Amino acid sequence: MSSQPDRMPQQAPSETPGQPSTDVSGRAASGPTGEAPVVVAPYELSVNGVVRRVVGAWVGDSLLNVLRDDLGLLGTKGACEQGECGSCSVLLDGSVVCSCCVLAVDAVGAEVTTVEGLTPPGGLSDIQQALVAAGGVQCGFCTPGFVVAIHDLLSTRPDATELDVREALSGNLCRCTGYGRIIEAVRTVQREREAADG
Amino acid sequence: MSVAWPTRLDEAVDAAAATPGATLLAGGTDLAVEVNAGRRRPVAVVALRRVRELGEVQITPAEVVLGAGMTFSAIAAELAAAVPALAAAARTVGSPQIRNAGTVGGNIATASPAGDTLPVLAALDASVELSSTAGTRTVPLRELITGVKCTAIRPGEVLVRVRVPPARGAQQFLKVGTRNAMVIALASAALVVDEERRTVACGLGSVGPVPVRPVEAEAFIAGEIDWGRLTVPEAAVARFAELVAGAARPITDHRATAEYRRHAVAVLAGRALRRSIDVISA
Amino acid sequence: MGSSTVAVRRPSDIGADIRRPDGVPKVQGAFVYSSDLSAEGMLFAKTLRSPHPHARIVSVDVAGALAVPGVRAVLTASDVPGSPTFGLEHRDQPVFAGDVVRYQGEPVAAVAADDPATAVAAAAAIDVTYEVLEPVVDPEAALVGPALHPDGNVFRHLAIRHGTTDACGEVVVEGIYEVGMQDQAFMGPESGLAVPADDGGVRLHIATQWLHVDRDQIAACLGLPPELVHLTLAGVGGAFGGREDVSLQIHLCLLALRTGRPVKMVYSRDESFLGHVHRHPARMWYRHHATRAGDLVKVEARVLLDGGAYASSSGAVVANAACFAPGPYRVPNAVIDGYAVRTHNPPCGAMRGFGAVQVCFAHEAQMDKLAVALGMDPVELRLRNALRTGDRLVTGQVITGTAPVAEVIRAAVAHPLPPSLSDKLPMMARPGGAGMTADVADLRRGLGLAVGFKNICFSEGFDDSVAARLRLELGASGSPVATVHVATAEVGQGFVTLVEQIASEELGLVDVVLADADTGVGSAGSTSASRQTWMSGGAVKQVCEQARGVLVERAAGLWGCTAAGLVWSDGEVVREATAQRMDLAEILAGGPVEERCVHRHRQTTPLDADGQGDAHLSFMFVAHRAVVDVDPGLGLVRVVQVATGQDVGRALNPLQVTGQIEGGIAQGVGLAVMEEIVLDGGQVRNPSFTDYLIPTALDSPDVAITLIEEPEPGAPYGAKGVGEPPAISSGPAVLAAIRDATGLELPRAPVRPDDIALRA
Repeated sequence: MSSQPDRMPQQAPSETPGQPSTDVSGRAASGPTGEAPVVVAPYELSVNGVVRRVVGAWVGDSLLNVLRDDLGLLGTKGACEQGECGSCSVLLDGSVVCSCCVLAVDAVGAEVTTVEGLTPPGGLSDIQQALVAAGGVQCGFCTPGFVVAIHDLLSTRPDATELDVREALSGNLCRCTGYGRIIEAVRTVQREREAADG
Repeated sequence: MSVAWPTRLDEAVDAAAATPGATLLAGGTDLAVEVNAGRRRPVAVVALRRVRELGEVQITPAEVVLGAGMTFSAIAAELAAAVPALAAAARTVGSPQIRNAGTVGGNIATASPAGDTLPVLAALDASVELSSTAGTRTVPLRELITGVKCTAIRPGEVLVRVRVPPARGAQQFLKVGTRNAMVIALASAALVVDEERRTVACGLGSVGPVPVRPVEAEAFIAGEIDWGRLTVPEAAVARFAELVAGAARPITDHRATAEYRRHAVAVLAGRALRRSIDVISA
Repeated sequence: MGSSTVAVRRPSDIGADIRRPDGVPKVQGAFVYSSDLSAEGMLFAKTLRSPHPHARIVSVDVAGALAVPGVRAVLTASDVPGSPTFGLEHRDQPVFAGDVVRYQGEPVAAVAADDPATAVAAAAAIDVTYEVLEPVVDPEAALVGPALHPDGNVFRHLAIRHGTTDACGEVVVEGIYEVGMQDQAFMGPESGLAVPADDGGVRLHIATQWLHVDRDQIAACLGLPPELVHLTLAGVGGAFGGREDVSLQIHLCLLALRTGRPVKMVYSRDESFLGHVHRHPARMWYRHHATRAGDLVKVEARVLLDGGAYASSSGAVVANAACFAPGPYRVPNAVIDGYAVRTHNPPCGAMRGFGAVQVCFAHEAQMDKLAVALGMDPVELRLRNALRTGDRLVTGQVITGTAPVAEVIRAAVAHPLPPSLSDKLPMMARPGGAGMTADVADLRRGLGLAVGFKNICFSEGFDDSVAARLRLELGASGSPVATVHVATAEVGQGFVTLVEQIASEELGLVDVVLADADTGVGSAGSTSASRQTWMSGGAVKQVCEQARGVLVERAAGLWGCTAAGLVWSDGEVVREATAQRMDLAEILAGGPVEERCVHRHRQTTPLDADGQGDAHLSFMFVAHRAVVDVDPGLGLVRVVQVATGQDVGRALNPLQVTGQIEGGIAQGVGLAVMEEIVLDGGQVRNPSFTDYLIPTALDSPDVAITLIEEPEPGAPYGAKGVGEPPAISSGPAVLAAIRDATGLELPRAPVRPDDIALRA
């Protein structure tokens, strides 16, 4: 399978707001089992605080595919298609989820936050800064997912112990670092935030 | 319309009825894996995440009623006191990402032999409430799950609620995997002690096509326990584990051998019992 | 020129924890990986793979695929215009299977279509008729059985006969060991974008480890001269050896040339597992002879590697396995036979540690057995036999560089042990972790030591070189800019940081720009064999030194003096007689300086018929001590701590060295307790991250590190490579610790729960 096995082609938007699109001709091939895939009516997703229109997507498109291929948000990475590696982590209404395991249509009405949305304009968050400084980045493919997961962890459990941190990040696989420098980055942010809070 | 986003249960039931062949979508964590791999191609979706009733939980002295849309995260957080084994099982599901999306209703509807909450629900004699335009019916879990990834859920039915008793004694859930987190169970065991009724119930996961209840072992150990003191003789624990192993119907696959699964589930059941009841040397 | 320049060390970038320059875009999600590429009008490709490990292809009918709307090309074996086969060492692997398939997942056809879904559908519409044949999956059977390929079944047999081959020791221990098939499991799946060029050639943007060896294989198969095939490195999401072989490169280029349009392909995870080589599974028989006092007398070993269907780098891997089979010990006599053979299992090739890993499991288990037989402390036994500078290897080569084997052992065992087992140990930190399976009373703790070593750079006379270019000029702001151009693949290891460090060290205050790695400059060799710090780092250093010579000459011209009295100091040219100084900006005002070099290391020699020769450039040594908690009842393990002493020559960037060590240890731990490609009759049963388990943050141990810094003569700044050693003896140390905890023999890695629970 390709990493976007069921991605429908991105056509020039011919938006007819609110009207379901039933015309699938020229959009997509039939599936392996022969049936025609169903292109859903254009819908809106709120991503990083901005309402984005999705046109021509298939009903089975994952949020990951729509973010990357329709909305051009390439910071979210695909690596396993099974919710096992966390590279595609995003926040859905503030909770970390694997965007490969969320159907994009199910994110309608929710707030989606990607790594781009957690990156301050022209700079780095304290988490991003700490990951760079602590050596928590090597090939970096897992890194955006870690940024999102760490954001979620420290928002909900700022005083997590090291063991808590390890458990909370166990859904994010990294093959380069052995996690040592990533954990160190998290601990650094915890110390800095605690110091800042007095 | 290929996607429906109902917010009320009646809307969800209507939407399910209105679109034959629609996929009922809870957390999506099982469905998306199938879709991403090209093994399933939904033509229409009823997205249940916004249905308020499905996310609710009611805890009374008589009963705990979980909305089918409760996520594993919510179960782990909210039911730790009321149904500790279920909370413990929910905590072992996948990763935080999966627990934030996946639901107990989805776990039941997928009916994987490795579904982490299923042995607990089996040990609790859970019943499941299903709604359709034809009405509502309540089905015991043991009748609902009919085989590997097979259920008696009918087309157009929405899995609404799961009913279990609140804890009336110690509860345990233990799960074996070859990794310390985020792993599919090679074997799991739930133990539910009911001090009022003086029963011990046990549910075993990943050792059969459906969750296994080792009823002989349950009856045996209930008879061996000194319910006044809550103690059990050492020798009875070993026999209990042996009977548990005998009830298991495991297979060998790429994850583990049947022999290991049978062995492990007995060890787990024995440990669960030791954590629940004081073991005394006879 | 250069003779008049003397580098005066200033507070140095070398040895400092400089942050990697690509760190910022990577944490922002802005770094562009090969899977993020796109081009106007691009098509999407899909490979059709054999579901059978061994079959005769009766027919391939592509009509169904061509009939799918949106399909632009369907290619099979008959569409390959040049060489029908490719390969790293031997071109024995078909671009597409023609008459026969030899492993499950072997490509049979490739499709380009307007979108990925159409490509998938079209690939599924290709009608291949197979006559399924019985696969040969036992390497012992393959060794003696009928040929599975016109080139035969033995990729290489390396015999090492050293010293007195019939020597015997007073104490003899023997064992049989096995290592399963490990996968590199890099996070970023294989992907690339091929764009047809106006000159009739093709430009490929690709995540790879060695651009030029890819290019040469691609060009041969395309039937094009190499200069018409231009490769540019795209962002690489990890490698670990798994990107050294060609995967989708040739398919992409063929499709781009056929369609005249850009073509992109991204493997899914299951395809990635089928689409790249793995670490060779090994079966190893060993017999160690020692004196009563504990001196090694002889090592006999037979190492059989399953190379799978095609050669890949099996020849070099088995050479390493044989050369390093005794471990880092003085062994006066040796009889070693290494075999790599062809089977119908998935092809195996490079992975971090490259042959040294497999044998380390065996030689370290043997050393522990020997210690028991001698009644000797295992640390003492190893120290007694530890290699030193001046010692001779079983290949006859004398170690001329540093060999701090005793030092790495002492450092590893000197680290404080973690707190002993107690009820305070949180459930999550016990074996079984989140499964909450273990009570402390169920647990046993074990301690194990293992020592390993390996060569740096390519061996056996390979002409190993790196080309580098440097352009020094004034940037827009008027400050000096050094643009470095090498073809070195940055795969995550941090070479990009070293380039900045080296250029700053050699040239002073300059902005360092690293040009895109591509085939527009000469080869940099592979990012493998722990060689890029030495080789590409050395090339950057050399080209900077050359440029300094030019700068001094230029300064001499500007001052109207000779270069003889000028020195280079802290980024400036200093005229010693007058104490006049001229900085880089002043010198570069006269125009840019451009230099190029080809950096080579000392020539090595091939091994002779007895496996003797100065085949290796230099060696890295490492020791690991593992502490594990084991639940014998369930067979579960948690690796609590791994302490290591590692011979690094000199740590040019200690933070990055730490990252390499922690990451390599996690891979070693994975191989010891969970990682294995499970095969059943040649079929891969677990091609997913659901079933091929790699360690999570909860599985990775605390790591305690001591770097042994004894600068290596001949290496740039004295730095040895650091990438592979952490993955060599960490796994064997974990196995030793599990044996210590359980008393079981455990001859096979990875240790599965069954191996403990059903035998304890």
